[in-house]
Amino acid sequence: MIQAFAFYLFATLMLFSGAVTIFSRNPVHSVLWLILAFFNAAGLMVLVGAEFIAMLLVIVYVGAVAVLFLFVVMMLDIDFAELRAGFVRNFPLGLLLAVVLFVELFVGLVVDNAGGLAIGKTSGAAAQGALSNTEAIGALLYTRYLFLFEAAGVILLVAMIGAIVLTHRQRSGVRGQNVAKQNARRPDEATVNMQPEIGKGVSL
Amino acid sequence: MIGITHYVIVSTILFVLGVLGIILNRKNVIIMLMSIELILLSVNLNLVAFSAFLGDLVGQIFAMFVLTVAAGEAAIGLAILVIYFRGRGTIAVDDVNRMKG
Repeated sequence: MIQAFAFYLFATLMLFSGAVTIFSRNPVHSVLWLILAFFNAAGLMVLVGAEFIAMLLVIVYVGAVAVLFLFVVMMLDIDFAELRAGFVRNFPLGLLLAVVLFVELFVGLVVDNAGGLAIGKTSGAAAQGALSNTEAIGALLYTRYLFLFEAAGVILLVAMIGAIVLTHRQRSGVRGQNVAKQNARRPDEATVNMQPEIGKGVSL
Repeated sequence: MIGITHYVIVSTILFVLGVLGIILNRKNVIIMLMSIELILLSVNLNLVAFSAFLGDLVGQIFAMFVLTVAAGEAAIGLAILVIYFRGRGTIAVDDVNRMKG
């Protein structure tokens, strides 16, 4: 009973906040509702015992992606009212597409419930045993999927380098520190010993 | 009782909401990126639900890779957005034709 209540609570909140995310006028509000949607999705995942993915979702999405979105939204100086202009014009098309998509997916679900196509469904056995979810994922991830895991790391590296290369710009007119030049400087070429006569200056 | 059907329906609705968000906010690329995140979230939810339903952990492993790609995509997308804004002063993307492609 409590499971059903938790499921409906999380699902309702997630769908509501997802809807507000796309309908909100202010992108900052959108990001905050998106964070709520991620939290509730993490709750739904905890309900089925996938606590590792749920925590990963909170850490990666809320901790990194949503903050990145928030940062960009607040950094750019954008007239958001002008960007809403096509909202009403696109509404019938969008609604039609959404309804068609939903009906298609729903029909697929109903057909699957009615028996479905028998193309090799697993029996649903093969429990994880005594391991907890995180341990089981670790045991699988670092053995059978090790190379895929490393490939995921490479993807993140490429994304990081790409983002840096894209947004980096060489500013002109900025006087920065030239470390190599400073280090290459020696005392005998940097200082000069002079004995000027009285009344005469030195030329620098 | 809550079964796999409930999860599939919820993730279906979330997926449709994401697609609707992309269509409705054709000018605001930030909300479009957020809608893509919603779509990927619904896919992840589906993967995790089926992983629990079938007792097969591979679904959760795959959800992790989807998460990785989503994070990379958000970073690259927002970087492109920033340089686009630097060049144009706006992020209205419904008439992007800088490259005349």
